[in-house]
Amino acid sequence: MPTLWIKNARVIDPAAKRDRRGDVFIVDGKFVTSLSAAAKKRAKKIDATGLVACPGLVDIHVHFREPGQTHKETIATGSHCAAAGGFTTVVCMPNTSPPADNAGTIQFIKDAVERDAVVKVLPTGCITVGMKGHALAPIGSLKRAGVVAITDDGDCVQSNELMRRALEYAKMFNLPIMDHCQDASMTQGAVMNEGIMSTRLGLRGWPHGAEDLIVSRNVILSAYTGAHIHLQHISSAYSVQIIRRAKRRGIRITAEATPHHIALTDALLAGYDTNFKMNPPLRTEADRKEIIRGLRDGTLDCISTDHAPHTDYEKDKEFDFAPNGILGLETSLAVSLGVLVRQNKFKLAHVVDLMTRQPARILGLPAGTLAPGAAADVCLFDPSEKWRYDARTGFSKSRNSPWSGQILTGRAKTTIVDGRVVFDGGKIIAD
Amino acid sequence: MPWHRQHLLTLEELSLAEIQQVHATAAAFKKVLGRRVKRVPALRGKTIVNLFLEPSTRTRLSFDMAAKFLSAEVITFDAASSSTTKGETLRDTAQNIEALHADMIVLRHACSGSPLYLSRVLNIPVINAGDGAHEHPTQGLLDTFTMIEHLGSLRGRKVVILGDILFSRVARSNVHALVKMGAAVTLVGPSTLVPEWFTALGASVSHDLRGALADAEVVMLLRIQHERQGASHFPSLGEYTSMFGLNKTRASWLNPKAIIMHPGPINRGVEIDSELADGERSVILEQVTNGIAVRMAVLYLCSGGSPDAIWSGADPV
Repeated sequence: MPTLWIKNARVIDPAAKRDRRGDVFIVDGKFVTSLSAAAKKRAKKIDATGLVACPGLVDIHVHFREPGQTHKETIATGSHCAAAGGFTTVVCMPNTSPPADNAGTIQFIKDAVERDAVVKVLPTGCITVGMKGHALAPIGSLKRAGVVAITDDGDCVQSNELMRRALEYAKMFNLPIMDHCQDASMTQGAVMNEGIMSTRLGLRGWPHGAEDLIVSRNVILSAYTGAHIHLQHISSAYSVQIIRRAKRRGIRITAEATPHHIALTDALLAGYDTNFKMNPPLRTEADRKEIIRGLRDGTLDCISTDHAPHTDYEKDKEFDFAPNGILGLETSLAVSLGVLVRQNKFKLAHVVDLMTRQPARILGLPAGTLAPGAAADVCLFDPSEKWRYDARTGFSKSRNSPWSGQILTGRAKTTIVDGRVVFDGGKIIAD
Repeated sequence: MPWHRQHLLTLEELSLAEIQQVHATAAAFKKVLGRRVKRVPALRGKTIVNLFLEPSTRTRLSFDMAAKFLSAEVITFDAASSSTTKGETLRDTAQNIEALHADMIVLRHACSGSPLYLSRVLNIPVINAGDGAHEHPTQGLLDTFTMIEHLGSLRGRKVVILGDILFSRVARSNVHALVKMGAAVTLVGPSTLVPEWFTALGASVSHDLRGALADAEVVMLLRIQHERQGASHFPSLGEYTSMFGLNKTRASWLNPKAIIMHPGPINRGVEIDSELADGERSVILEQVTNGIAVRMAVLYLCSGGSPDAIWSGADPV
């Protein structure tokens, strides 16, 4: 493995509170503080002038569809999207087919990752058998098989009793539970945010109260059990406020926001474009602003994409019939920089923190740092490059992105995993 | 003024002038309906496909008759006989119909927005015959046409739409048309079925039946669509009738010259007393007749017919 010398970058390492011009050195897949003169001589040099060098981005919420739905995405193509977006560690959701609710399926995923992935793809397991919400999955076996968290993402556990027991049980293994907060009884047939737009469009509304209820429930259960709950893709202003109050009381909850919920609102559904259909749905401008406020004050801990590929023929349907979800990995950095840094004056290092150290911290992952000795995962990005994102020529097997065809600002240029360049010059670099 | 639209998808997107154009064209076609031979050659040689993927009697028959009175060939097929039951997508079904050289598709579909979707994938005109809870533009056009026949200008007129507004495409289309025509629209019904969000469309919302009906010049009743609702929207049909059903006493609160409308199908004894439905203020069957004239106008205009040609006599109407 070559020694790498990343020269003249703006080095941002949130864990070390570092944001200044400098170099990054990598030997044998780990960061080191300096290189000997001899090592410098033989090191592979990467001129990072004008680029930011930060820890490889971390996304703790992606769907790679393998096993079972590999027409949408695979661990290979999903990992390519990640690398192209500057991500070096991603956590994939267990709603595959079959769901990842047993150690065998986790092993299958790990084998595929070992064989096909160009970045670190970490599995999660289900909370309940088949994600059906009736009986606990073999959480201990899942932990032993290597999951980093458990979740029934997409199918929120409705039974408070079962959720309570899941939390108590998972706490024994120090395994976080990630929850997609949605009261199903209030969202039957719902396809978009409930409000003026759903009234105008005649579409079934998904009231933010259905999220707020489960967020509240989770706060209460976390307080009661002492277990850590991570609240996925918060979409409602009221939920942000519930989380803010709970954190002040020291309750062990963390929460994430997606690029689409900070960038887009339900006003964009006027043309019934299914690339704006996701769950939880896009909400109002007031919700969008409160989510941004939540990211600013730390109420929301990190940015996650909920990268959810679906094929053209699945998305190209009547709005009611199209599946929920959009791609996210290749656009997350640019969209987050646009909304948070350029529109809302976040410091660049803050956004890097929200996309590296914070998500790693939530799940206790050894990532999101440039510390000496740590795995050398690096994202080199140009914060001001303007580029046209075209989902048709992107790395996903699917194309369902609301940003396709748009000019975005900020782009990953080189992605390094364990000291090996896996993405550079717009291309995936395989072994 | 020429007519530029190929599709009729919503009344929200129509201008007041366009609504008036349809009305004027419909008025001309209504005269045809009074003739002994109710047929004009305006769409001779054209084939119209009525693609009704949700049950309908009145609207389907009305479009069928309207096309026939315009001398078009009409093929009507419904969900039960279509390949959609074999898993074919709407896009594929419609593109097959286009490939079969249909000149126009009239679509009824349970999903809101599906006519807009089809209009983007087809090159032939798409007419919305009702999409989910979104819009039913020809119904809104025929309802306002009927109101104008009775009241003249609708500017400042007090119109009450009473019933299940939340799930009603008829209510939405009427609100869009009536607001553009300057009417004062009040939507009335149980609070679970008439959310405040409707005020964003330019209507008022009320749950006080007496206050709303006082001096109204039009009351339009809507059917309670139990098939679309969950169990939780209101206690029972009996309670609905006792709270919001239109009966003789309540009808007496209306303006003495008020007309009573209903897009059908009527549930007698639920939203309206049977004798009011059949009474002299009821214009329910006039709505049905006007529906043919309005749909003739829409089919004619969207297939490229000139509204002015009717007046000049250049078109063989």
